[in-house]
Amino acid sequence: MSKSITLDQPDQRNLLDRMAQGTIGKPVNRLEGPDKVSGVATYAAEFSAPGAANGVLVTSTISKGEVALIDEASVMGMPGVLAVISDQRMIARPAQGGAGEAPVQQVKQIDYWGQPVAVVVAETFEQARDAAKRLKITYNADDMSDVVLNPEDADSWEEGPGTETVEQGALPQAMSEAAYSVDATYTTEGHNSAPMEPHAALAEWDGTKLTVHASLQMLNYNIDELADSMGLDAENVHLLSPYVGGGFGSKLGISPDVAAASVAAMQLGRPVRVVLSRQQVFQSVIRRTETTQRVRLAADADGRLQGFGHEAKVTNLPEEEFAEPVTQASAFLYPGQDRVLKVEMGRIHRMTAGSVRAPGEAVGMQALEAAMDELAEESGIGPVELRLRNIPERHPSDDVPYSSRRLAECLKAGAEAFGWDDKDRKPAQRREGEWWIGTGMATAARIHNLSKAEASVTLMEDGTAVVATDMTDIGTGTYTILGQIAGEMLGLEPSDVLVRLGDSDLARGPGSGGSWGAASSGSAVQIACEAIREELCDMLGCEDEDLTLKDGFAIHNNKRQSLPELLNGRSIEKLGKLKPGETEDDFAQASYGAFFTEVAVNAYTGETRIRRMSGAFGIGRVLNEKTAKSQCMGGMVWCIGSALMEDMMFDHRDGHLANCDLAEYHVPVNRDVPHLDVIMVEERDPAASPLQAKGVGELGICGGAGAICNAIYNACGVRLRSFPMTPDKLIDHLPEI
Amino acid sequence: MRPFDYQRPDGLDHAALLERDGGALIAGGTNLLDLMKLQVETPDTLVDINRIGLDELEPTDDGGIRIGALVSNSVCAADPRIRADWPVLSRAILSGASGQLRNKATTGGNLCQRTRCYYFMNIDMPCNKREPGTGCSALNGRNRIHAVLGANENCIATYPGDMAVAMYALDATVEIAGPDKASRSVKIRDFHRLPGDMPQRDNVLEPGEVITGVTLPAPVGGTQLYRKVRERSSYAFALVSIAAVIRMEEGAISHASLAFGSMAHKPWHDPRIDAALTGAKPSDALFDKVADLLLENAEGYGENDFKIPLARRTVKAVLREATGAST
Repeated sequence: MSKSITLDQPDQRNLLDRMAQGTIGKPVNRLEGPDKVSGVATYAAEFSAPGAANGVLVTSTISKGEVALIDEASVMGMPGVLAVISDQRMIARPAQGGAGEAPVQQVKQIDYWGQPVAVVVAETFEQARDAAKRLKITYNADDMSDVVLNPEDADSWEEGPGTETVEQGALPQAMSEAAYSVDATYTTEGHNSAPMEPHAALAEWDGTKLTVHASLQMLNYNIDELADSMGLDAENVHLLSPYVGGGFGSKLGISPDVAAASVAAMQLGRPVRVVLSRQQVFQSVIRRTETTQRVRLAADADGRLQGFGHEAKVTNLPEEEFAEPVTQASAFLYPGQDRVLKVEMGRIHRMTAGSVRAPGEAVGMQALEAAMDELAEESGIGPVELRLRNIPERHPSDDVPYSSRRLAECLKAGAEAFGWDDKDRKPAQRREGEWWIGTGMATAARIHNLSKAEASVTLMEDGTAVVATDMTDIGTGTYTILGQIAGEMLGLEPSDVLVRLGDSDLARGPGSGGSWGAASSGSAVQIACEAIREELCDMLGCEDEDLTLKDGFAIHNNKRQSLPELLNGRSIEKLGKLKPGETEDDFAQASYGAFFTEVAVNAYTGETRIRRMSGAFGIGRVLNEKTAKSQCMGGMVWCIGSALMEDMMFDHRDGHLANCDLAEYHVPVNRDVPHLDVIMVEERDPAASPLQAKGVGELGICGGAGAICNAIYNACGVRLRSFPMTPDKLIDHLPEI
Repeated sequence: MRPFDYQRPDGLDHAALLERDGGALIAGGTNLLDLMKLQVETPDTLVDINRIGLDELEPTDDGGIRIGALVSNSVCAADPRIRADWPVLSRAILSGASGQLRNKATTGGNLCQRTRCYYFMNIDMPCNKREPGTGCSALNGRNRIHAVLGANENCIATYPGDMAVAMYALDATVEIAGPDKASRSVKIRDFHRLPGDMPQRDNVLEPGEVITGVTLPAPVGGTQLYRKVRERSSYAFALVSIAAVIRMEEGAISHASLAFGSMAHKPWHDPRIDAALTGAKPSDALFDKVADLLLENAEGYGENDFKIPLARRTVKAVLREATGAST
């Protein structure tokens, strides 16, 4: 009853283009949109459970040490208070994306300011919140002179776990022999995912089975993380995340609310809801590490890179195995046989560093693309031309071919649409009133990930279809594109396909992360539909090539039969299974694009405003033009944030996050975002997935902040190497007023 | 948030009595409720004054206007008289917060807006403003948004608002009712305090006093600008802001009034600046002199050092624009 495909070689069949329905790729509105807008869509904390109690987390007010005493009596007499729980099954940190096992759990051993220590449970949320603030906790704090809180104080640097070091040829020699070279160091500050929906969980325990409504991105892994944390068998854990109000990496792994609600529900024998406060979302979940990045570029007289270096320093808490893979795209994007790529990690006692949208490329590409602009200026070669001259034939280290890579087309299409002048790049030439005007561009690149995925599809006796998988829709449009894929394969409009997601009892998908969701889960849906088509062919006695499914009818041999008629009271359920295979190693796979932007820099105040921004992107097959473009636009908005304002401000004395809400941690608002043009460059990638689609969710954030940096230089002649590029960093360098 | 009692007084006198007995007045609640959730504010009683009137704009006998304390920011900014005769006030209000917040925020409440200092808003941090005697965490901490004028080691917080800055430039008066039908008027320029040795006190209101309105004197015309500098172009507090009222006659400045926001524990007004400008012909030397006067005692605390050159540059931008000098 299942069909499996392992992608050991490119899938050249291109099934979707052979189908007749014509829904794939269309800008179909999100099917669940009206439910979300009208409030019908139910988010984790909004489910009702009779008799539910409410828990509020209590977090550490020291940076390192241990809990000496939790004075439960200080709050147990308060109205409504049911329990103060500080249990070894709670989690002190969120699970890293894809961990599949419990994160660090010793909540009484304090490793960072803001670490969960206890949960106070009461009848009402208000009672719990009051008691949580009043709970008296005594700590034994470590001697702070021994505790490293800040990146600049990290005393040892190890190879970043999971990152790849490349040392190839002799880069110093290439640098000294280069006709043109750049050796520059860039810094980026910490970023917060800042999802609109705070992390929240509602847990119920029936004595055997734990059921949790939670806001999570990857149920397939979250099941094991929660089961391991609670000491339960995975089959006794049931997770539900039908709607997720943004995740951006911060909900890849289970968060402290999930474990706290579970422990409390198991202890009290009644449902317990735990919702993180906005401050806790900022202080107690995930940060993107700050980075220091040295980029070395050595080019010949034609601007062709002979040497290439990208070395980054990142940080995380002790024991964490995640290091921001800053050089991930640097490994394949540009040539240069003399190569050094390295990510080093220092251990510091700040909140957990983990995946925030496009871990690696988001910050790596902005620094690299700023350096490429410096090389363009140094060499006198236009920024677009320089990049066109540096598209390698084969992967510079692994010596494998690229799969689809329409980078040159993106550069040209983006330049054309923007009206880019590649020749006249002299800075500080255009002034409108108080404002210096300038343009800048950058390449976009993000690795393509494919994950093991399963999905079930049922063709119902009434001729409609049901898609079911534990895959999530974190606002990206998963419901809609899976409906379109099944619709295309089975000859149905998406509205005739019911898509069920976010329930861990359903077929195991990869979840939403790393831009792999659409290509992976979508391929599993396609494979299940193939199996259904095979069965229909058996019923009709034909080959698949001879079967057309369109508008609810099966057309074969000049006969047109409605699906209900053909099915005759039956339904057909199939499980599709996708496994990544050897194409992963046989090809360098990534999504590519190009950003172009025009900025205005105030000559007096150094404020920068984005006037327009265009992006051209090649993402393999576009499954839904509207949701794909929206992903790209969202990414470009993040570029503006990363370029101009986002900065997690940690206190250097105790490592606590000072700006811990949406008023003080600045993400762009409507007024910061001009009209964004997104061009999708048509592409098919048979090596990337059976759908011939690649990832799109993160590409739009990978490099655009570099384009803004380059535009600021072009506008006012100030070359900043420190992100975000706030007025305080600019005003000392601006021309006299 | 602590449990609290809720009272809805039937009039001003009742409100004043409840306030004198420790109640916290709530109008729009756009600041107070956030601070209560953080337990920065823990009133035993909320005194809801939304139904006691004070929500009209009305002309005064001397050609000015009286803005009731409960007039919302949105209504005030959109009022045709304000837009025509005191446009700097409209501009200042509209540069702040968001449409939703301005719909709720009131004139009196906005004057009492508390600082955005990160340490004030985090009850696990020492803060002299929140808990006198515990120390100032911002002094050696994250202080990018903090004061460079009039601060001391007790407190380097700023008054973060915009509306009041324009009212300083307009030389407004705050009308205050006290218990037992007492009332008084305070020049707005004397309404907010510098931290001194009592940083817990933002302004001169005494227990039992309620702001009833703000009066603006008769319009002076001229060019009225509100310039707010910030990296995020909306929904962000100012790094530095300037309210300017400049009237030109025959190439010289015939009226000048400047006020500065987000630089001190109160909106900053220096009469020497207005005097230096009045009667003078605009020139870069004059504008430099204004900046010199403004910043002669300015002191940065590390991350906010940039506010000093930023204010100097912004002064120049605003004065060039307001006097018609070229940019």
